[in-house]
Amino acid sequence: MADLQSQNYIRRSASTLTPPSVRDHEQEVAKLIDVSRCIGCKACQAACMEWNNLRDEIGHFEGSYDNPADLSPSTWTLMRFAEWENDKGDLEWLIRKDGCMHCEDPGCLKACPAPGAIVQYANGIVDFISENCIGCGYCVKGCPFDIPRISQVDHKSYKCTLCSDRVAVGLEPACVKACPTGAIMFGTKADMKTWAEERVVDLKSRGFSNAGLYDPSGVGGTHVMYVLHHADKPSIYAGLPDNPRISILVDLWKGIVKPLALAGIAFTAVTAFFHWIVAGPNEVQPEDEANAQRLLRKTDDSR
Amino acid sequence: MTQPKGTLTRNTTAARINHWITGGCFILLLFSGLAMFHPMLFFLAELFGGGQWTRAIHPWIGTVLMLSYAGLIVQFWRDNLLNRDDINWMKAIDSVLANKEEGVPEVARFNAGQKFVFWSMAFLVPVMFITGLVIWDVYFSAYTTIEQQRIAVLIHSLAAIAAIIVWIIHVYAAIWVRGSMRAMTQGYVTPGWAWRHHRKWLRRLAATGSTGPRPRADRGPAPR
Repeated sequence: MADLQSQNYIRRSASTLTPPSVRDHEQEVAKLIDVSRCIGCKACQAACMEWNNLRDEIGHFEGSYDNPADLSPSTWTLMRFAEWENDKGDLEWLIRKDGCMHCEDPGCLKACPAPGAIVQYANGIVDFISENCIGCGYCVKGCPFDIPRISQVDHKSYKCTLCSDRVAVGLEPACVKACPTGAIMFGTKADMKTWAEERVVDLKSRGFSNAGLYDPSGVGGTHVMYVLHHADKPSIYAGLPDNPRISILVDLWKGIVKPLALAGIAFTAVTAFFHWIVAGPNEVQPEDEANAQRLLRKTDDSR
Repeated sequence: MTQPKGTLTRNTTAARINHWITGGCFILLLFSGLAMFHPMLFFLAELFGGGQWTRAIHPWIGTVLMLSYAGLIVQFWRDNLLNRDDINWMKAIDSVLANKEEGVPEVARFNAGQKFVFWSMAFLVPVMFITGLVIWDVYFSAYTTIEQQRIAVLIHSLAAIAAIIVWIIHVYAAIWVRGSMRAMTQGYVTPGWAWRHHRKWLRRLAATGSTGPRPRADRGPAPR
């Protein structure tokens, strides 16, 4: 889908100027995934495929309920099933809907070298504008959640759009619409946080003393949040990062290195130019030729 | 190539072709690489047919440059080995920069500055090649972790910046020291040029009756 003249960008990849942002009277949205209410039915996966017209290739059984086995250019959301033994020795089946977290400070957008290939709207959604994508894979390196996938067919990067097309016209994302248990909720970020608080209180009353909201501050918070029964150990949920943040390597590469590089290159060129102005060309003088001829004659004679 | 009588061969035809393949690749890599490095230089991607083409072609050009520079290493490594002359020459760098080369310690085929360029690139080009393979997403992304790719891309960009700075020094020196450009285009220099800049080289050529680029091994006194 083409870029629909959003005029509500708060961030635009590889852009040094302020992007069109006048239509900013918009509340930040969030999707809240209540892991404790998820039954692993994969209706959200089916709805995502349906709305976005995605059909992944049929894969192979990998020994778990995860199906397909991983995110791909055609699989933007995925139920990840983890078996975890708690302190009492009981088995807990933890099911997490994986997909783009729509970070407030998106690492993909920070790493992207193509102007306008990744944008963030005023409502917080991080979207890939594929016609600008060059397929370099920098977003993969920028992302702390291992989400973007590059297609080997069209060499574009793909991930969950948070159904930006639906949200733009006042609908909730397809996965939210399809969820039969209300485990996926959608609304303003403020409302979702309030709702999450109620859920956390309820979970605590039922013995999950470490229940909490996953809205990691390392990436400025996210526009996809989880209610976890074990918020003290996010990584037990199929490797959800405990403290996600943009890698320091990416920060350096996309931060200080860029201006230092241009300054270093410019400094060298300017220094060279002024050397030319001060010292000028180094030219062979007639006496150099004369001396050389004398040397050549002398050695000729001596041989 | 017609070479005027009495001039010396500075670079063989093979060396010159090899050099300019490398140089051409470097310039293409400079533009395509900078396009993907800094947003303000992204417009350079248009030279290659847009961002997708730039991303696709950059690593292939890099592969050609790696092979080409390997050829330069084979052809030039021997004359670039460091020795005591380089230290003495470096101590007199002020006079060299001021174009007052009389009295500067004599050097053979290459001076310390040229050796610096040669060895810098001999280090940086393979570093960029290897880190470049790691971030060549289309073919090699599956073989490394994302964290390894992050390290590779940072090293790749730092090495590229260093290489660009070395390259500017290289190009400027060729413009500054008159006669150098012809040495790499037509391949020859005058004996006076050799006397002025590479007197030890001239002495060895003269002593062995060679017209360059290397002294004849089968004749004359062994080089000291």
